Amino acid sequence: MNEMLHEVTLTVNGVRRTASVPARRLLSDFLRHDLTLTGTHVGCEHGVCGACTVLVGDEPVRSCLMFAVSAQGLEVTTVEGLGLRPDARDCATGQSMNPVQQAFTECHGLQCGFCTPGLLTTVTAYLDDHLDPTSDEAREAISGNLCRCTGYQNIVKSVLRAAEIKAERRAPDAAEPGEPHPGPVAAEGVPS
Amino acid sequence: MKPAPFEYHAPRSVEEAVAVLAEVGHDGKVLAGGQSLIPILNMRLASPGHLIDINHVTGLDDIEITSDSVRVGALVRHSGLERSDSTHAALPLLRQAVVNVAHPAIRNRGTTVGSIAHADAAGEMPAVLALCDGTVEVVGPHGIREVGWQHFFLGALETVLAPDELAVATRFNRMPPGTGTAFAESARRSGDYALAGVAVRVTVSDGVVSAAAASFVSVTDVPSVLDLTPALGGRELADAGFGSALDQAAEAVREHVAPETDIHASADYRRMLVAELTRRALPIAISRSNAAFVHESAVATVSSRTNAAFEGLGGGRR
Repeated sequence: MNEMLHEVTLTVNGVRRTASVPARRLLSDFLRHDLTLTGTHVGCEHGVCGACTVLVGDEPVRSCLMFAVSAQGLEVTTVEGLGLRPDARDCATGQSMNPVQQAFTECHGLQCGFCTPGLLTTVTAYLDDHLDPTSDEAREAISGNLCRCTGYQNIVKSVLRAAEIKAERRAPDAAEPGEPHPGPVAAEGVPS
Repeated sequence: MKPAPFEYHAPRSVEEAVAVLAEVGHDGKVLAGGQSLIPILNMRLASPGHLIDINHVTGLDDIEITSDSVRVGALVRHSGLERSDSTHAALPLLRQAVVNVAHPAIRNRGTTVGSIAHADAAGEMPAVLALCDGTVEVVGPHGIREVGWQHFFLGALETVLAPDELAVATRFNRMPPGTGTAFAESARRSGDYALAGVAVRVTVSDGVVSAAAASFVSVTDVPSVLDLTPALGGRELADAGFGSALDQAAEAVREHVAPETDIHASADYRRMLVAELTRRALPIAISRSNAAFVHESAVATVSSRTNAAFEGLGGGRR
């Protein structure tokens, strides 16, 4: 069967991207296969594991439970885009990291890294609304993301540490090393 | 784990959507939030030839609050319902229940009307629609019709919606003055389908229960409302025997429900669970009913909870 193709244009990490895909293309596959943004991981493909979580607008959604055609015209942030956000800073490794990425690095919040993209996007959105979560609240916030390595202890620590880093970077007199990242265009891949 | 091919339609109006539905008939399926539908498509449990994506239809994303009811449009996401403070003030049961629907990322996309039209016996919102004596607004080729909840659900995953009809809104009736509500469910894993759940409402006048009812999740194949007034009606909250009235109510629930055994839990366990959840939820509903006096032992029942799975009882946990 020759499937009809739909031209889908959306803004991913601040860059307009277009690809022609069949209607059944999941947003997760669109990001990975059509835009070669393989940071978004695909685990269960039925919304349970949370690995494919991306931000649509400012809200976390499961990219495996959305069709690319339904994302027409929307703004999507994947894990690749977190280092481009205003609160990202160049870190010791030379890479730009937002507070959540920095905290996961510091607190050993990952082992194999498969669940990490979904956790980073989920926690990034969560901390925008919850500036100072308790340990219990942090645990609740990540309850929709499965990790089979860490036992979650260090992920909870990372969430709490991320809130601290976020607050430090917000404070105007903070002596945080590193410069704000220049913006999306410089670090983004070639737009199609 | 990829959906089978389908033809995609993105109508801009309800009329256009209904026209497409009428044209494709039984081979069509409506896509709103897709948080139940897309897993089914991914696993190829269903492979409709046409998907009618209503996300671009205008005028379906409003919550309208009147003195009698809360009307929720077909594109209102669970999270929109959850965050709306005016909705919470008008009908607290909605937020109390909707925070139990999966995880925030699912609620950001899934719609309340969609979960009612999906009619999963494990769905929270069909039970809430029933307890609120709610109505579904349905548009078909011959215009609009309203279907009361008692007539809407035919069986698990089955409703009276015809292939050429679209559920455009649901109306949840507000509670009479002096009514408190609560929602409780228990799941093996956070955000997973509940083994059993219950929504309760209790109306208290002059310190005496004048009406009480419950509806259920995962233990009846279609939503059903059990009148608990025979067990609790006329009881004074100050009455030392109120605990035995709660026992009676729990017993009535045990007899009313018809759970099934599956790999997650036996029918007996679910029956026990839903009766206990009801026992615990009723005092919470009473405490929210503006009752002048809440019986101390009734409140003590709540604070004695030990199972972490019951932590959602208070609602608003997410």
